[in-house]
Amino acid sequence: MIAEIGAFTAMLALALSLAQGLLGLTGARNEPRAGAAAALAQSSAWIAAISFACLIALFVRSDFTVAAVAANSHVDKPLLYKIAGAWGNHEGSMLLWSFVSAVFGAVLASTRGAQTQSLWARGVGVQGLVTAGALIYTLFLSNPFARLDPAPMQGSGLNPLLQDPALAAHPPLLYLGYVGLSVPFSLAIAALIEGKADQAWAKALRPWTLAAWTFLTLGIGLGSYWAYYELGWGGWWFWDPVENASFMPWLVAGALVHSAIVTERRGSIASWTILLAIMGFGLALLGTFLVRSGVLTSVHAFAVDPRRGIAVLVLLAVALGIGFTLYALRAPKLAQPAGFAAVSRESMLVWNNFGLAIAAGVVLIGTLYPLLVEALGGGLISVGPPFFNMTVAPLLGALFLILPFGPMLSWRVGDIAASAKKLAPAALLALATMIITLVLSQWRAIPAIGLALGVWLIAGGLVYVWTRVQRGEGRMLRKLALLPLAVWSMSAAHIGAGVLTLGAVAETAFRREQAALLNPGESVDFVGRRVTLLEVGEAEGPNYSSTRANFRIERDGAVQRMSAERRFYPTSPMPTTEVGILSSIDGDLYVALGDAARGESAWTVRLYYNPLVHLIFIGAIMMALGGALSLLALARRKRSGA
Amino acid sequence: MSLLAILVAAAAPAVLGDPAQEARAHSLQMEIRCVQCENEPIAQSTSEIAADMRTLVRERIAAGDSDSEIRDFFRERYGDFVLFRPPFDARTWVLWAAPALFVLLGLWAVFTMRRRGAADAPAFTPEEGDR
Repeated sequence: MIAEIGAFTAMLALALSLAQGLLGLTGARNEPRAGAAAALAQSSAWIAAISFACLIALFVRSDFTVAAVAANSHVDKPLLYKIAGAWGNHEGSMLLWSFVSAVFGAVLASTRGAQTQSLWARGVGVQGLVTAGALIYTLFLSNPFARLDPAPMQGSGLNPLLQDPALAAHPPLLYLGYVGLSVPFSLAIAALIEGKADQAWAKALRPWTLAAWTFLTLGIGLGSYWAYYELGWGGWWFWDPVENASFMPWLVAGALVHSAIVTERRGSIASWTILLAIMGFGLALLGTFLVRSGVLTSVHAFAVDPRRGIAVLVLLAVALGIGFTLYALRAPKLAQPAGFAAVSRESMLVWNNFGLAIAAGVVLIGTLYPLLVEALGGGLISVGPPFFNMTVAPLLGALFLILPFGPMLSWRVGDIAASAKKLAPAALLALATMIITLVLSQWRAIPAIGLALGVWLIAGGLVYVWTRVQRGEGRMLRKLALLPLAVWSMSAAHIGAGVLTLGAVAETAFRREQAALLNPGESVDFVGRRVTLLEVGEAEGPNYSSTRANFRIERDGAVQRMSAERRFYPTSPMPTTEVGILSSIDGDLYVALGDAARGESAWTVRLYYNPLVHLIFIGAIMMALGGALSLLALARRKRSGA
Repeated sequence: MSLLAILVAAAAPAVLGDPAQEARAHSLQMEIRCVQCENEPIAQSTSEIAADMRTLVRERIAAGDSDSEIRDFFRERYGDFVLFRPPFDARTWVLWAAPALFVLLGLWAVFTMRRRGAADAPAFTPEEGDR
């Protein structure tokens, strides 16, 4: 019964969003029609919520008469993972996609702001069609409510690698980001139909791009953290096609966050902002296609069904086809105010877009190239980390080199000499970092440049906060309290990028690893630590059994303990590793338990030392925090009516 | 058998005596794809074949091969697929040229945008921008 309610409400939501689309698009000059579209957007969101709630209920009740539940759940699973199971699979995740799209449509409909009625109505309309497209795909090609006959007694369980709190939150966050990019797309299409993209339009665009970027940052950061502690090889990023699939929309969303500021403040580069909004959503759809079609051989591609891949590709072609056609027809006619001075805040923001958009383009071609070569009969090739590190890293490095100047320069015409003078201490600090790293690492240039760039971003961000503080009046605390939220948010994000850079460079360049064969009681010396295997025992979890090894770590007289596990899930043939991580200020000691030696009591133990690795995740959190604070600043500005 | 191979590779890694050579071996092992696993370099894979391939890299380095000779050695045995760094040839020059092409295209776009008219109005202070 619940499944039928779920399917029925999803169908109803589809009808409502189609009506929302038609009324919104035709309601540009018709107030009642636009109002009806907005009301439909609200109701479609509520109805989609009921549908999604039904799916969660089915997973919680372990109703194995439903195919998606039987294929992805198990009665023994802890409640959190039963709930997360609702979106931990293809069908459920597509319903989540549609649901989020409907909710965003409702929010868009209820926040008209200073937009003209026609622009707003058209935006709501396009968003309705986006929701409808997602629902058509969900209901007809991956129906999460499809029944199974005969129903099995037991479900086959969620992939044990995914039974993890970080991975329970990872897909919803990514989807909030992906779908968040559908709203800028809708607004961009509305602006193209309208033939007008003014400052009020850019103002309406900004919170959506910020929210999408923030969610993507959190989602990617969480996924990367999960890979670090769950996959058992100490890595956090491998330029895997599925990682790239989320990284490209993130880069474009980052560019859009900045270009929308220029369009809002100065009215310029509006057509570029529109193009970015279209490409951002295109890449979000492409990401869904790459993950869901199974065209990529990658650890992430669990769902292999070409029919679905083709359908996503059709949706992508429709969205991009309409988007680019409209763009080609209308963009040249958009009113574009004057350009910009070579040295100004807006020129710096344009260079930001230059760097981020090119990086996204390079990641795109690198990710798709093996598929192209194979399709053209050129055989199998791999495009992996060496390519991306050689191309994307220098681009981002160049971007980071100029980044601290951005906030220091004023709009219209900036004073480069004055900014350089203020930034001199940061530059000196970066130079010192570079020289010290060069000496200590025996003249390895790349890590030295990388660490210097990280320090440059952090110190440059602090210099900016300091120059803003100095302009205030009164005592220090009062000055700090009076700083606008926008200063804090921007600085948190930029300094976060620096912190992330430090961690990424240090971890990549200076990590150590060693494998050892240890009997209980034996020790091995590793990066200034003595690691002793104490004992290995068996333990039982809620739906798995595990082999657990306890270790003693001695370092400079201090003694600490840690443990590493291998878990065996009866529903899965492969054991999973639960690594032991001992964090200290200089980095992580990371221990993975391998196999037992045959006929012996010895165990293989892999040890990793990951210097400053926590800075990667702290940096990502700071960037996301910057995005969130920026949203708060926009909300406050709106309330104060500025 | 597979267990033995893992142990041989993991417990007694024929680490090269010279740290510079060992560093070369590791960076090559990060670039060579494990042919049995999904998208993993041999440096990180625990599979039997990856262990053999790691030993092979060290042997070639000890024998005095250059990095590109070692890449070619693996390419001949396992095909282009085994290299995460795609070779530069008739199929891949577009890939390798693309970044530079994008940069040129970007520069052209930025300069045409700029030439649409230079701003000569008096400067705003940064605070005006933040309001």
